[in-house]
Amino acid sequence: MAGKPNDEILHDHNHDGVDRRGFLKCMAWAGTGAFCVMQGGVLKSYSLSAIAGLTEKQKKGELSFVQISDSHMGFNKPANTDVAATLKAAIDKINALPTAPGFILHTGDITHLSKPEEFDGVDQLLKSASAKDVFYVPGEHDVLGDDGKQYLERYGKAAKGAGWYSFDQKGVHFIGLVNVMNLKAGGLGNLGNEQLEWMESDVKHLSKSTPIVVFAHIPLWSVYPEWGWGTDDSAQALSYLKRFGSVTVLNGHIHQTMQKVEGNITFHTAASTAFPQPKPGSAPSPGPMKVPAEQLRSLLGIRDVNYLPGKHALAVIDSNLE
Amino acid sequence: MKGSIYRLGIAGLVIVALMMAGRAKGSGAGATEEKPATEIKIDNFSFSPNTVTVPVGSTVRWTNHDDVPHNVVNDDKSFKSKTMDTDENFSYTFTKPGTYTYFCSIHPKMTGKVVVQ
Repeated sequence: MAGKPNDEILHDHNHDGVDRRGFLKCMAWAGTGAFCVMQGGVLKSYSLSAIAGLTEKQKKGELSFVQISDSHMGFNKPANTDVAATLKAAIDKINALPTAPGFILHTGDITHLSKPEEFDGVDQLLKSASAKDVFYVPGEHDVLGDDGKQYLERYGKAAKGAGWYSFDQKGVHFIGLVNVMNLKAGGLGNLGNEQLEWMESDVKHLSKSTPIVVFAHIPLWSVYPEWGWGTDDSAQALSYLKRFGSVTVLNGHIHQTMQKVEGNITFHTAASTAFPQPKPGSAPSPGPMKVPAEQLRSLLGIRDVNYLPGKHALAVIDSNLE
Repeated sequence: MKGSIYRLGIAGLVIVALMMAGRAKGSGAGATEEKPATEIKIDNFSFSPNTVTVPVGSTVRWTNHDDVPHNVVNDDKSFKSKTMDTDENFSYTFTKPGTYTYFCSIHPKMTGKVVVQ
């Protein structure tokens, strides 16, 4: 980073500091607008107002993509009776980015009830996005009633199993995982042995300097198991990635931004484009948060991700829909 | 004119006969159908009451009061509801004694139990 902007937030204070295992943990909440860069396993977070102080080169990565999540098309209750309008606002935000993203990742819960017209509505709106390629993983709301058959027909024709796949973009290896199928009573998100075996062989041939981006709907780290915000067998999946220098995990599901660094892995959850959910344990249940209309868009958002080759880091910028 | 009155009469007789048949069934083998269902509320991502104990032949009805969809799936797959959106419900009649554990397969942290005696 060139210089040190005044409002740099170094997440090394007290309870967020290095714990006994030597992991640096970092969390930021929805609406704060954070810009994070991981360098040598250390996450540095800058508030959005500090971005003006960064050079053009720092802002303009060679690889640029956007993550959106939890558009819940079909949801029509407070605090958002028009989720199409907020998805449209997210697309406008994407189209206004200084660097046009190469593609979009949608980390699931595309729809609210897996209805064909809900999928169609999202497809239709995304046609107006500057980035034409959209890579999806399903959320539990996208596989209701048919074990994901419709989802696979629409988005997973080239995918394996329940819809997992990988691809490469400008030297970065992307892995899309499905952790919303065959959920067990009392359990969390689930990847399953077939997918884990596929993933192990998928990364085997890669050099350890290859930057890895893993994306899936339910968080692949234990955010708040009491609310089902975690994945039972994620540790197994992450063990295949230990030898890599840079691993970025992008999730949705919890409708709020959160970050954490554990060794070589940086975890991020994204805001929803539809409605916010409460902070872990702050409400009786993780149901939709009802907020005043004028606050809604400050709690929804998009995520812009840039990768500078040789920098060993992915820069992540979360911004809300205001 | 006369013919249509006759037909009405026949129709009336058929309706009365059907009603009587229905009543006969109600007071006999199908008596349990008249008992109100045992209600389980789905609220704040939980089943309430979490455990219910009912006699054989009872109907249990789950109603979703949350703003998000839920379902009810028996761990042994002996019953499974469709996805219930807000205010939708699902009923199941238990004809065999036993302990039936179930969960919401969309939010698997949600679990409950029906004991049929």
